[in-house]
Amino acid sequence: MAEPALARAEPLLGVSDLHVWYGESHILHGTSFDVHRGEVVTLLGRNGVGKTTTLRAIMGMVGQRKGSIRFDGREAIALPSYRIGRLGIALCPEERGIFATLDVEENLLLPPVVRPGGLSVEQIFELFPNLRERLSSPGTKLSGGEQQMLAIGRILRTGARLLLLDEPTEGLAPVIVQQIGLTIDRLKAAGFTVLLVEQNFRFAAQVADRHYVMENGGRIVDMIPNAELKANMGKLQRYLGV
Amino acid sequence: MNAIFGIPTQALFGQLLIGLINGSFYALLSLGLAVIFGLLNIINFAHGALYMMGAFGAYFLLTKFGIGYWWALLISPLAVGLIGVAIERLMLARLYKLDPLYGLLLTFGLALIIQGLFHNEYGSSGMSYPVPQALQGAKDVGFMFLPIYRGWVIAVSLVVCFGVWFLIEKTKLGSYLRAATENPGLVQAFGVNVPRMITLTYGFGVALAALAGVMAAPIYQVNPLMGADLIIVVFAVVVIGGMGSIMGSIVTGFGLGVIEGLTKVFYPQASNTAIFIIMVIVLMFRPAGLFGQR
Repeated sequence: MAEPALARAEPLLGVSDLHVWYGESHILHGTSFDVHRGEVVTLLGRNGVGKTTTLRAIMGMVGQRKGSIRFDGREAIALPSYRIGRLGIALCPEERGIFATLDVEENLLLPPVVRPGGLSVEQIFELFPNLRERLSSPGTKLSGGEQQMLAIGRILRTGARLLLLDEPTEGLAPVIVQQIGLTIDRLKAAGFTVLLVEQNFRFAAQVADRHYVMENGGRIVDMIPNAELKANMGKLQRYLGV
Repeated sequence: MNAIFGIPTQALFGQLLIGLINGSFYALLSLGLAVIFGLLNIINFAHGALYMMGAFGAYFLLTKFGIGYWWALLISPLAVGLIGVAIERLMLARLYKLDPLYGLLLTFGLALIIQGLFHNEYGSSGMSYPVPQALQGAKDVGFMFLPIYRGWVIAVSLVVCFGVWFLIEKTKLGSYLRAATENPGLVQAFGVNVPRMITLTYGFGVALAALAGVMAAPIYQVNPLMGADLIIVVFAVVVIGGMGSIMGSIVTGFGLGVIEGLTKVFYPQASNTAIFIIMVIVLMFRPAGLFGQR
């Protein structure tokens, strides 16, 4: 009976000793962390410690990388970016990545379906009703909040099981931040796994199961389960320098 | 009425027709350049040489294999497109991390080599290519006699240009292309094989040039320098229309062809420079070109 337990213990995403270089500069010096199936996990840390780079490295969008990125039992470190996307990982980038020359509908339908089990367009409209009315507007004519909804919505269609969300609340009004928080809860209930990069600490505390703390060079220095957050508040504030 | 502004209508419509013919080639060539520039960020200086190869392809097919115009219309662009795929895979693909100027230099060098090889083999005198039987003769369209082949060229060019426009602006495949033009990294992370798309796009762009070459063979003579002569004007068209703009290259291609034709009627001395004068004026007021975004 030990075997099934082991299989269950294998994380959906296992990053270990990840190094990343952009040209000459060495950005990540051995980042390691795990995300389990169905979890919402955040990467917390000050500006510039390498959180966004970590997400981009998982997607294969960086210059040179070494170490190990295991997804669903497969090693992905050497795969080209489009193969990683097809494994079932999807990124919602920090700058949102809405295409100006595509209308909202084209933006929404752009990411190819990589495996079965994604949400239908109708289900995405239930999560983000605003999008339905704006289908024929150019993507970048939407408000910041609507663009963020579009950026999240379009990766829910593809059947990807792991969503990498890079600061989805940045620069948004509180009511929209709240809507995105509810969305993440619903996605978790629907079985999605989420790796979240956040500056908004209160938001992270609302939605996540665990928090990894990242310091300079992408080093993970601590892991705090959300339940123990209150007890670790002092320590966390020191890490984040707030 | 047989004169407009003191110009005989016969001459006016004749030049208008020549303008539309030239415009057809400007549009087809600048369209390919625009598609390539959009995705590869490379100014394809080899475009004129590949257009010439398209014409020579038709000529070889006829003289060596007895294969006529209609098959050449298909085979020659396909063959040149494959050569384009090889050029992209073997050479251009190594340059994407460098300054775009290197792509320009490489394709310019390729153009010189290709033209030099053909020139060495065939000299600079042109070889004639017959108009296909079905398109010979002329039709009385009331105000003038329209040579059927010329009407055919204009019609095909319009259909191909707007077909490509539709493909890029209105289809799923086109949405991948437009998205990859804006942010190739993200489109690739979504699971789209962008490098393969880039290769096929280059192949498609140069196949359009070769198609123009086949259509040009019966009108202009097949000659190693036919592309070099044309491409300078086509680059001016691209600059006026706006680098990378699809609709811009179609509209400016036809528009400038017509303007050039009309200049020949009203002020023949300026006919060779009219396009460049327009380019100067456009660049002064709209540096990104008439349809340009950046």
